[in-house]
Amino acid sequence: MALLDVQNLSVKFRTNDGIVNAVNDVSFSMDPGQTLAIVGESGSGKSQTAFSILGLLAQNGFATGSVKFNGNEILNVSTNELNRVRAAEIAIVFQDPMTSLNPYMRVSEQMTEVLIHHKGMTKTEATNEAVRMLDAVKIPDAKGRAQQYPHEFSGGMRQRVMIAMSLLCRPKLLIADEPTTALDVTVQAQIMSLFSEIQKEFGMGVLLITHDLGVVAGFCEEVLVLYGGRVMEQGPVDPIFEQPSHPYTRGLLKAIPRIDQGTKVLDTIPGTPPNMMNPPLGCPFEPRCQYALEDCGQNLQPLKAFSKGRLRSCNRAVEELV
Amino acid sequence: MSTPLLKVEDLRVSFDLRSGGDMPWTKTRVLQAVGGVNFELKQGETLGIVGESGCGKSTLARALIRMVKATGRVVWMGEQELLGLSKSKMMKYRSEIQMVFQDPLASLNPRKTVGQIIAEPLRTHSPKLSNDEVIAQVKEMMQKVSLLPNQINRYPHEFSGGQCQRIGIARALIVKPKLIICDEPVSALDVSIQAQVINLLMELQQEMGLSLVFIAHDLSVVKHISNRVMVLYLGKVMEVADRDDLYDNPRHPYTQALISAVPIPDPKTERAKNVILLEGDLPSPLAPPSGCVFRTRCAKAQKICGEVVPELKEPEMNSNGQASSHRVACHFE
Repeated sequence: MALLDVQNLSVKFRTNDGIVNAVNDVSFSMDPGQTLAIVGESGSGKSQTAFSILGLLAQNGFATGSVKFNGNEILNVSTNELNRVRAAEIAIVFQDPMTSLNPYMRVSEQMTEVLIHHKGMTKTEATNEAVRMLDAVKIPDAKGRAQQYPHEFSGGMRQRVMIAMSLLCRPKLLIADEPTTALDVTVQAQIMSLFSEIQKEFGMGVLLITHDLGVVAGFCEEVLVLYGGRVMEQGPVDPIFEQPSHPYTRGLLKAIPRIDQGTKVLDTIPGTPPNMMNPPLGCPFEPRCQYALEDCGQNLQPLKAFSKGRLRSCNRAVEELV
Repeated sequence: MSTPLLKVEDLRVSFDLRSGGDMPWTKTRVLQAVGGVNFELKQGETLGIVGESGCGKSTLARALIRMVKATGRVVWMGEQELLGLSKSKMMKYRSEIQMVFQDPLASLNPRKTVGQIIAEPLRTHSPKLSNDEVIAQVKEMMQKVSLLPNQINRYPHEFSGGQCQRIGIARALIVKPKLIICDEPVSALDVSIQAQVINLLMELQQEMGLSLVFIAHDLSVVKHISNRVMVLYLGKVMEVADRDDLYDNPRHPYTQALISAVPIPDPKTERAKNVILLEGDLPSPLAPPSGCVFRTRCAKAQKICGEVVPELKEPEMNSNGQASSHRVACHFE
């Protein structure tokens, strides 16, 4: 059975200016221990997809569709029911490690809360476990550091604290929302290698939300490319990077300057992302697509399987994209 | 050899910090943000400055246009030293050196129209121009950076991030400067938009013969745009070299670690790659390590690294008898 099964997930926000369609009809599933990346640019709906799984949408947001975790529906269930899954089964690491830790609480206090609540540990047991976990994410002098406040940690160390905190209840699924975006490259390398290690150790599934295709290439097995709240293509990482089947993925890969290659003029994707207030009827990428056909703006091609494990949503045949 | 456009000698910036309130008895601590940087920039050349957050790259940029107080020498076109100039004398050079900032929206005045924003440097530096001429020049410049001239009366919030950065570039170019200092101009932009802005900068550079100081933390972007690259760590230059020299053959342990940590969007290369993981964190700039500032995280560090500050070595002669431009500050190089 799939660990996480998301079917026809849509997320909308009611705003004063009208409805914003942030995520449209996204489906995917994850097996236990798998790493799946959701990539996309700002406003593509990748973070909202993750937030809706844990019921973390803003007040004016609502999600439709189905999210099954270990076979149980968790979308739009009561807070009580959700709280049984949150942290214990599915944990999340947020982008900004400063704003997601409580500045008024010592690190050990915010870490033990979850253990006392979910595992019914005593304070002493919980503190010991928290220190052990800080040690596992390689924070030097874990025992002493646990008594400090978040502002006493550097950015990379704070992100380690967040990761340690998310691991406390040994979740089956870890959602990481841009975990290294706020960090420097050398720290990013430290954190990503830590992720790989703990994933092997704890055997959990990781859902990585990122805009960095380099991180995806190094860390993930499967990838979902989002644009304008829709899935453009999805499948295993290797073939998608080797032969992207959607004009958007192709354009994206060509627009990145690469450190391992010589320099030439970068291929660009003209234009700007769509306004999600009035999403286009057809393919959201149509106005910027060099392969667009006449009816691409009107007819949305549903996501279709075309080779082993790969799905794409495009009117053009794969062979035509050269 | 032609005179360089900009010659920077022993540039230092330090900030006085008073913790525990600004009282007569509180001790002042000195934070040295930039500690003795030297470089030359030729006409039409791009110098990339890379380093992690807190390494002093933005402060260096600000010091060059005297937005922060600095000591040392900044020589413009071999004749004029800029740091010692009075405010009024500096005005003449301000139109020659312009800046593009990181946050595209925050660096534009929300209460002014795009036309007013782009025109402002022009009105300051050429006050005799008539209104019609100013507007004509603004429109021409908007066209150059691929903005629609009929949007001249719109406000910054009506534009996307990439477009705002184009407005920032237009504002910098309108006075026809010789040098543009770009402080992380693309790091707030999405990949597809980033490529547009990088290409635009490179085109304009060709067309107008601009020199660029390009500051970024993204090593791939810097590699793409620069002729020479300088690596900073805690306010000190670790290594400076021509672009290909630096990326193909990094010699400082810090540069090596930095380059190895950049993710490559190709699964096979990325997984096979050998990443040099640095231990620990950046030391506090208030109490930098003695000797080589990088030694606390360096795998090669020996006793001497704690005792003697490694100088940025003079370039060696290569086999053809030409001086290579590769300079490293490490005892073991």
